[in-house]
Amino acid sequence: MNLTFNNQLLRKSQSLIALFLLCLLIALLSDKFLTTSNLWNVLRQISVNVCIAVGMTLVVLMAGIDLSVGSVLAFSGAICAGLIKFGFAFESLDLFVGFTVLGGILGAMLVGLLLGLFNGWVITRFVVPPFVATLAMLTIARGLTMLYTKGIPISNLGPGLEFIGSGWLLGIPVPVWISLIVVLVFVFISRKTAFGRYIYAIGGNEKAAFLSGININRIKLAVYGLAGMLAAIGGVLVTARLNSAQPNAGMTYELDAIAAVVIGGTSLSGGVGSVTGTVIGAAIIGVLNNGLVLLNVSPFWQQVAKGVVILLAVIIDKMNRKEA
Amino acid sequence: MLLEARNISKSFPGVKALDDVSLQFYPGQVNVILGENGAGKSTLLKILTGVYPQYEGSILLDGKVLRFGSVREAQRAGIAIIHQELNLIPQLTVSENLFLGRELHRELGLLDSTEMNRQTQAVLEKLQLDIAPQTPVRRLKVGEQQLVEIARALLTDAEVILMDEPTSALSDTEIDNLHRIIRDLKADGKTIVYISHKMDELFRIADHYTVLRDGVMVGTGKMEDTTEAELIRLMVGRELKIEAKTLVTQSDEVVMRVKDLDLDHPYVRQRKVLENISFNLKRGEILGIFGLMGAGRTELLETLFGLHPGRSRYRLEIEGTARQFKSPQEAIRQGLAFVTEDRKAEGLILGMDIAANISLPTLSETPMLQPQREKELARSYVDQLAIKTPSERQLCRNLSGGNQQKVVLAKWLSTRPKILFMDEPTRGIDIKAKHELYELMKQLVADGLSILLVSSEIPEILTLSDRILVMAEGRITGDFSVTEADEDHLLKAALPG
Repeated sequence: MNLTFNNQLLRKSQSLIALFLLCLLIALLSDKFLTTSNLWNVLRQISVNVCIAVGMTLVVLMAGIDLSVGSVLAFSGAICAGLIKFGFAFESLDLFVGFTVLGGILGAMLVGLLLGLFNGWVITRFVVPPFVATLAMLTIARGLTMLYTKGIPISNLGPGLEFIGSGWLLGIPVPVWISLIVVLVFVFISRKTAFGRYIYAIGGNEKAAFLSGININRIKLAVYGLAGMLAAIGGVLVTARLNSAQPNAGMTYELDAIAAVVIGGTSLSGGVGSVTGTVIGAAIIGVLNNGLVLLNVSPFWQQVAKGVVILLAVIIDKMNRKEA
Repeated sequence: MLLEARNISKSFPGVKALDDVSLQFYPGQVNVILGENGAGKSTLLKILTGVYPQYEGSILLDGKVLRFGSVREAQRAGIAIIHQELNLIPQLTVSENLFLGRELHRELGLLDSTEMNRQTQAVLEKLQLDIAPQTPVRRLKVGEQQLVEIARALLTDAEVILMDEPTSALSDTEIDNLHRIIRDLKADGKTIVYISHKMDELFRIADHYTVLRDGVMVGTGKMEDTTEAELIRLMVGRELKIEAKTLVTQSDEVVMRVKDLDLDHPYVRQRKVLENISFNLKRGEILGIFGLMGAGRTELLETLFGLHPGRSRYRLEIEGTARQFKSPQEAIRQGLAFVTEDRKAEGLILGMDIAANISLPTLSETPMLQPQREKELARSYVDQLAIKTPSERQLCRNLSGGNQQKVVLAKWLSTRPKILFMDEPTRGIDIKAKHELYELMKQLVADGLSILLVSSEIPEILTLSDRILVMAEGRITGDFSVTEADEDHLLKAALPG
């Protein structure tokens, strides 16, 4: 028993140790790394990926995948901007509804939730593999974004939204607050609720979970819905940061999210992993990117480096599992 | 060629699949291997065909010791296998399938389709199969596909052909055709190794039998010297002391009433897996269901548990109230529990610990997890069922088969069921754990639980049941009280036809 327990502990701390060593290495090579402003910068940069990757973690724990989060992010971001800037007009009723910043954000989250639920519905109702269902949503949501924005950024969204993207609260950047709250909420959900346990159970053995009376389809629906909603929160952050919704925002963000999940030790075959692991995974990617920028390494090399880290993470994970 | 296995043993973690098995398969004969699920048949086949290169003992082909490191090596030595699930690629043509992996080439490495088609044509003619070599395999009927597999074995000049339940998906005429081909192969001196559960078929086609039970060879000889009943006795009988069943005075209260249950076949229209099944289960009763493989016992439990809502029809009363279950969730809510046959694939989440597995069906009572309650629940069952583990946080993966089965039982007892379904509850667990489980079951029914017990072990079912239903081919063919039931009655009722 102690053996497996230690192994789990080791696996968890492995990525932490890796993060620590990475920070140490970069700090030795560049004296700009360990400045307060730079560290806040890193945290702000990873906040979007953290939000998306937390949702991705739940999906992957269930042995699923969600490729649509980047596009869902773009569409919800555009909705957020559009609602705040133009409001919503019912021409036939001669009615115009304006939106506050909060209203715009909630609207975006609702849209993200609905797109996610649609993913979940297709996956459960028609037994479409998650890879295919969410791949379809990747292009659908991107197309909807282009239609909604007509391919032009929606900009100048006012100081309220700008505060969310660039403001500070109690000495901490607002996006960092938001991603922190997301992480805390989902650590709680995944560890302390029956819903969280069901996610692990489905990923561990879907058939046994079903036979134990778990409503598999409802859990799946909820998880894909949440993944969509978290992507929408990421969309709000991206839009707020630029004070503008870009039609091509969030391209390939799904890959960064999956990378964070995998580096954080969550198994793509489901059942094993954690939200905290994913946060560490996102931090490793963020620190790596930041460090390579500080060291003036070409951005092309950054991509190569990220790929190598993903490979290393998976290979180390496989070797751990063989020993266990 | 004479294929011989000498003192073969093969272990997997926690279970000895084959224990010192020695047997011969003779050329020019159909050698049949018999045994229930888990007897070791498929392990033996996998050793003979090089799937498992690690084993103790030796394999001899015409007296020469061979050790196959891979499937390819076994093939090269002349051993071909025809799997129960077909190993053909549906999109490719018959000829492409037959030559897959060893295509004929012309100069420049180009494929020699002409020659491959010609050879395919020749072998198809030999099998009296009227198919063009260029037909995609997916257009063929299942029976024809089976014959294509055989054609592949013939093309490789295999001397030994292993067939794993080749007729399970075939129609009667297709079976006749297959038998004719097998007789031709026999006449050519090929060694045929045949696995089937259809007794009548075996007596028509087989020359020599070997029976495996729990990884041990328990009988071998010529088919003409044995009887159906004798073979079944060898397969399912177990030299376990049968304790006389003490009849407990039980209530006459019917807990579950099943009437006119039908279950349609999942793929074949008009065919039924279960037909016209009616029975009552009383409070505090163990109702045994006996039958051979394929009789529909598991399907009966599954249907009642809400697993086949689309293709089943039945009237069901639980404690006097009419019910229909569309999912396990609904069945569990009404007091049903189901210890499934395959605890690893269906019973447990192996990567989770004991406590998490036990609490799984009852978690929905509160939205928040209650670690303290979970721990206490697990502790109480670890004590009550004597689950051998250092802690209730041990992963189920690391438990022995018997202890895993106890965790499955604990999981279901935690739902406080009125009716417990148990499908082969002692399969693959050792004798001691088995007897502990028997004692537990007796205790549970004394406390008012009702158990529907599916088992293919006669001693087990005779020891435990108050009443025994026998099933054959999807119907109930016998209904015995424990006082009138004996081995012969059960076997006679279990034989199809």
